[in-house]
Amino acid sequence: MTLEIDRLTVTIGGRRVVDDLSLELPAGRRLGLIGESGSGKSLTTLAVLGLLPAGAEATGSIRLDGRELVGLPDRELARLRGRVVGTVFQDPRTSLDPVMTVGRQISEPLRLHEGLSRREARARAVEAAAEVGLPEPEQIVDRWPHQLSGGQRQRVVIATALITRPALLLADEPTTALDVTTQAEVLALFGRLVDERGAALLFVTHDLAVLSRVADDALVLSHGRVVERGPVARLLQAPEHPVTRGLVEATRATTWRAS
Amino acid sequence: MSRGRGTLAGVLRRPAGAAAVAWLGLVAACALVSRVWTPLDPFTTDPYSAWAPPSAAHWAGTDAVGRDIASYLMAATGTTVVVAVSAGLVALVVGLGLAALGSLTARWVRDSVAVLIDVLVAFPTLLVAMALAAAFGGSLAVVVVAAGVGYGVTIARVSRAEIRRVLREDYVTAARAAGLGQLAVLRRHLLPNIAPVLVVQLSLAMATSILAEAGLSFLGYGASAETASWGRLLSDLQRYLGVHPWTVVWPGLAITLTVLALNLLGDAIRDAADPRLRTRTPVPTPEVTS
Repeated sequence: MTLEIDRLTVTIGGRRVVDDLSLELPAGRRLGLIGESGSGKSLTTLAVLGLLPAGAEATGSIRLDGRELVGLPDRELARLRGRVVGTVFQDPRTSLDPVMTVGRQISEPLRLHEGLSRREARARAVEAAAEVGLPEPEQIVDRWPHQLSGGQRQRVVIATALITRPALLLADEPTTALDVTTQAEVLALFGRLVDERGAALLFVTHDLAVLSRVADDALVLSHGRVVERGPVARLLQAPEHPVTRGLVEATRATTWRAS
Repeated sequence: MSRGRGTLAGVLRRPAGAAAVAWLGLVAACALVSRVWTPLDPFTTDPYSAWAPPSAAHWAGTDAVGRDIASYLMAATGTTVVVAVSAGLVALVVGLGLAALGSLTARWVRDSVAVLIDVLVAFPTLLVAMALAAAFGGSLAVVVVAAGVGYGVTIARVSRAEIRRVLREDYVTAARAAGLGQLAVLRRHLLPNIAPVLVVQLSLAMATSILAEAGLSFLGYGASAETASWGRLLSDLQRYLGVHPWTVVWPGLAITLTVLALNLLGDAIRDAADPRLRTRTPVPTPEVTS
């Protein structure tokens, strides 16, 4: 599964919030999309999903194994979402439905795309919960989101995204809302699962330190434009663009404070 | 545990909820039983036993023409149940329909519907009902339509705001990203999340329609003379309020308790249906540091 984005431009009310973005992400590779808030990185993932907010318009080309996604009817896109493309959102406090049990949430894409019965879906949800390291998977699938800690909730979100074994995984700042220790655990889990499945990963973040643990290469975005691209290690050691330098400085500052 | 069964258990665990269920159960049972049996015939007059005090023969006494008040109250329960349930249904359909049009459609449609809702909210329900009754003659159907539409508009306003709030939530985007179509999102995530508010509004609509029926029948615009109604009984008895004040207590109590029970039940269901209120969150043990 290869994701190719070619000259993607997203406009909201005439303003270009993503400007002429191109990237290629082959199967098994991990690509980071890094930039300050408002740089258009989240909108890029929403554009891939075909879930841009009302009023936003995408032009250019997004291809999944050669299949053009821009302009594809919503029904066709819905068949790809959750099955071929898994998504992990930023804030596990708000991305889980508060009145749906954890297990039903995890198995929702399965029930939808594979038409499993409630019993089968529950069994698969228990397996998935165990796989992402949730404690007492048999019991936890019957709990409600508010009964779980932030880290556990994000594990639920990850389990939901991975349960259909998607070939492409989009992660929009999946560790930003977590504390540092949990962040490290979730990142390690994430890296391991992506490796095991050989999925392609598009990882959006504003934190180079986080990115250096999961991604091989990265694109630096600023005001919707790609200002620098290259291996993450190189970006960290020898940043060229002022924006990248700013991000590296920010990383050093937090690392220094943490130690 | 399924959410529905958990909710029912939660309602019954709350004293107010259990009391409301008990009273409404009694009302429903009276309505059913009164179809086939009442202690005495509710419409038979007996001038010789007018204004009889409560006794074994007349549980709640008799009125000016010697009708048995208890039997009449029981027979009128059916009217109340029919009005409350049908007005509630009308209100729900009107309310959800308008709310959906006002939130899920193209921008110009939903903006116009929002204005329409605000205009309709401004119409006083009772006056509209009286105008309808003046035009088409008083009947329970007029009461049901007027109260249903009147309260439906309020439901529309409240649920439109709720729908818009829920649709902005991250879990809706997450559900779409999991591959759910727009209809599936409405069914699986939107409805369950606005249901608690809907239940409260529905219980208020039913309670209000009982009051509207009583009020309109009291004023002579509601139930016809052949139909037993709590409001009509109240209206008949209040003329003698100075002489026999205790008789009005019975229909008054029936109306008050039923309206109160509906309000309490709505609140109990809302509280019990929210898993955040129903289940106790495990409190993490604070770590002891030296």
